[in-house]
Amino acid sequence: MTEWVISLGGTKDVQLIIDGKRTDGRTLDELRAIRIEAGVIPEADGSSYIEWGNNKIVCGVYGPRECIPRHGASPYGATLKCRYMMSPFSSLEEHSRSGPSRRSNELSKVIREALENVLLLGKFPNTQIEIYIDVLQADGGTRTASLTAAAVALANAGIPMKDMVAAVAVGKASETLVVDLNKPEDNLGQSDMPIAMSHRDKNLLLVQMDGLLTKEEISRMLDMVEKSCDEIHEVQADALRRIYKTEQKEPFRW
Amino acid sequence: MGDEVKDTIMAHIRRNVMEKTLVKGTRYDGRAFDEYRTVEIQTNVIKTAEGSAIAKIGETTVLAAIKFDVVTPFQDRPTQGVMITNAELLPMASPTFEPGPPGEKSIEAARVVDRAIRSAECIDLNSFFIEEGKVLGIYLDLYVLNHSGNYTDAATLAGTAALINTKMPRVENVKIIRGEYEGPLEMTSRPVTTSMIKVDKNYWLVDPMRDEENVAETVLTIGTTEKHVCAMQKGRGSLSKTELLDAIDIAFKRGNDLRKILKEVE
Repeated sequence: MTEWVISLGGTKDVQLIIDGKRTDGRTLDELRAIRIEAGVIPEADGSSYIEWGNNKIVCGVYGPRECIPRHGASPYGATLKCRYMMSPFSSLEEHSRSGPSRRSNELSKVIREALENVLLLGKFPNTQIEIYIDVLQADGGTRTASLTAAAVALANAGIPMKDMVAAVAVGKASETLVVDLNKPEDNLGQSDMPIAMSHRDKNLLLVQMDGLLTKEEISRMLDMVEKSCDEIHEVQADALRRIYKTEQKEPFRW
Repeated sequence: MGDEVKDTIMAHIRRNVMEKTLVKGTRYDGRAFDEYRTVEIQTNVIKTAEGSAIAKIGETTVLAAIKFDVVTPFQDRPTQGVMITNAELLPMASPTFEPGPPGEKSIEAARVVDRAIRSAECIDLNSFFIEEGKVLGIYLDLYVLNHSGNYTDAATLAGTAALINTKMPRVENVKIIRGEYEGPLEMTSRPVTTSMIKVDKNYWLVDPMRDEENVAETVLTIGTTEKHVCAMQKGRGSLSKTELLDAIDIAFKRGNDLRKILKEVE
């Protein structure tokens, strides 16, 4: 067994990949284990819970319902609102301040702008649809896991969608392209590119990137995303199928 | 709010005109699809800051200023300086900007510019170490003074120009001696961003005016250095893989033009 020592401070000298294996033993294009449950919050119109590696995220959806404040309503369709938040106990480091941060503000925006593309908002003028995402336990890749969970919660709420959305981050760690970055790869890797993709037409709905990459690398990474998103889609579809099963269901456990 | 509605209605009226001219291969201000408006940069405009610049793209005007302070480093990067970027969409700059705490637009702008500059590794934050528990903090403030579309590119341009213009403050006994400097801040690359939009059709319009932004279906910003892509951010809308790769080509081409303009201010 290789001892993994994650030294914080210097980023260049940390070996994140040894013999094609990553810090958590995965291969380069292997996703972490993903478990999705739909309908976990009985009071919400739609909800989902996702465990993605060590990430634990819960998502609730309300609407379409009256738009508050009223001046935010649009006669052209429903106003989509999204709030992504990290709980103060969600990271291994110190207790962070609760409430929105600059980061969570930005993520709420990009998640909303990804989902707006697949929801048939035009069917519900003057209303609002709210998506609440709370990260309970974080381990790298929360924005993509959140988006994946939110898509399931929206479907669970019965809001008409023209496509399903799955998301995953690809990145570069120790000069190698890897799928689904874990926390050490996220913090110490060279580059991070979270992507959300619609399932049928393979459109890119969320595109972000930091670090340094060439065009060729980005092109290869997009192919990796496509393959992974198909795998994630299967887990999403399975979660939705299971809530409509008629036979005895296992009670949901957090 | 009222102005935002007015903006949307006007934009939709102009959209017809816009689409008619787009078919002919130009935009209604006469530009080609991949052409920037006139870009102007002026440096050293704020004498109280260690570095500053005003970038104008057409009428869009952004002021960037650099200040240093002695700060405590982040726990996980104890030897590295701290860079903090903030963007203000001043209410005077556009009828759609409102006073109040930073909204998602200004937060996003600040974070995208920050990401482009940080990822480009153009400044060596390790050189900002003073002693254990003390490092230099570099503050980049971006003031949007007039918004006629595409303040993101103007902000990155102003930010990079301000960094080029920055003089390192003299530090004695863990204190900054204000007004005394130790040569220029060393920069190893020139990050810029190139924003573009799609309206209906599958071609990119670079450096959108405000009207174009208002009717855009897809909004995309790509940060580049001389050799690499250093940041990407999609706003609203969607795009295909081919469209993204095309956008990267455009971003390098136009980015290099912007870097030439930056060279003139050095």
